[in-house]
Amino acid sequence: MKIYDANKIIPGLLILVGLFTFPFLYNIGGAAPAPKPELPKEQKTCVQSLAFMKAGHMQLLNDWRDQVVRQANRVYVGLDGKEFNPSLQNTCMECHTSKVKFCDQCHNYAGVTPYCWDCHIAPKENQ
Amino acid sequence: MMDGSRRSFLKIGGLSVLGLSGVRVWNVFAATQEAGHEAAAEAAGALQWAMVVDMKKCWDYQEKQPCTDCMTACHGIHNVPEIADPKREIKWLWTDLYQHAFPTEGHEYPPAEAKGKPFLLLCNHCSNPPCVRVCPTQATFKRPEDGVVMMDFHRCIGCRYCMAGCPYGSRSFNWQDPRPFIKELNMQFPTRTKGVVEKCNFCAERLAKNLYPACVEVCKAKALTFGNLGDPTSPVRELLKQHYTIRRKNELGTGPNVYYIV
Repeated sequence: MKIYDANKIIPGLLILVGLFTFPFLYNIGGAAPAPKPELPKEQKTCVQSLAFMKAGHMQLLNDWRDQVVRQANRVYVGLDGKEFNPSLQNTCMECHTSKVKFCDQCHNYAGVTPYCWDCHIAPKENQ
Repeated sequence: MMDGSRRSFLKIGGLSVLGLSGVRVWNVFAATQEAGHEAAAEAAGALQWAMVVDMKKCWDYQEKQPCTDCMTACHGIHNVPEIADPKREIKWLWTDLYQHAFPTEGHEYPPAEAKGKPFLLLCNHCSNPPCVRVCPTQATFKRPEDGVVMMDFHRCIGCRYCMAGCPYGSRSFNWQDPRPFIKELNMQFPTRTKGVVEKCNFCAERLAKNLYPACVEVCKAKALTFGNLGDPTSPVRELLKQHYTIRRKNELGTGPNVYYIV
């Protein structure tokens, strides 16, 4: 069997394979470090359990938005029947005083850019 | 024989059609009557926030010293940007001349004290708001609890139908990121973003805490009165009983809930 222009095709194929596998080969062994969001020191409990907040904070925020804006209901009953003002800016960020050290940690790791902060004002550190 | 049966067939057929359509017509009338009763009953007790603006008090006060307290307070707590360009400006609470605010009111010889005088303008929180009707995403809606015409900025897609629909110019579009134009941020309230429409929210966030709107609270001339239009004993209704009041473009049928004493 003879490949015409083998001297061009085979190096070309090798370069192609090399280019496509480069990101994987380059990152072999070194996994990106897991995010470490900084938890508030003063408060021990959030509005819901840690597991719930980890998995469902985005859904909770969505529900809060609809509850406040559309149903005019500004009371949220959280863990152990404690009542909260359902507000990202005024309730969440009161304990989680740093967006950079808390929100951004996981969001950057996961490569998501929620547009909350287009309107809601992040704590002073970012201004 | 043949003719007779056709004749009777047509008779019976005609009567049946008449009878069946009669039932439908009856249903329609019965339904409208009931709905009318309900609406009237609802209007009597329902909560509908409204405002009475006594422009005379405002002007009298202004003669002593110029005052923009209401606008400063409103725009301050709601993070309303200050943009000079009238094509890009954002207005929640603003003033305009009598002939612009009430173009259909009266004739070309208005009373001297109204002519050329600034009137305080804001969203009328209409009973029949055209902005709500045209909004394709229901980002603007009339809150059934208290009649405030609210905006859900999360849903606004910036189509500006509402701006075309609103006959009062109460809505402003964010052509650019408003943040650089806000002198001092109120950290308790969000800003808006590029590409959404905004307007007065009757201080929904203050009403939730049983506070009056900021403009009403700060007015030193006590020119602004806020209350429930559905309650015959409310201060708003008292004022409406005592004074002759006008509303902006009443004839459009939007049912504005901001009244002016002139």
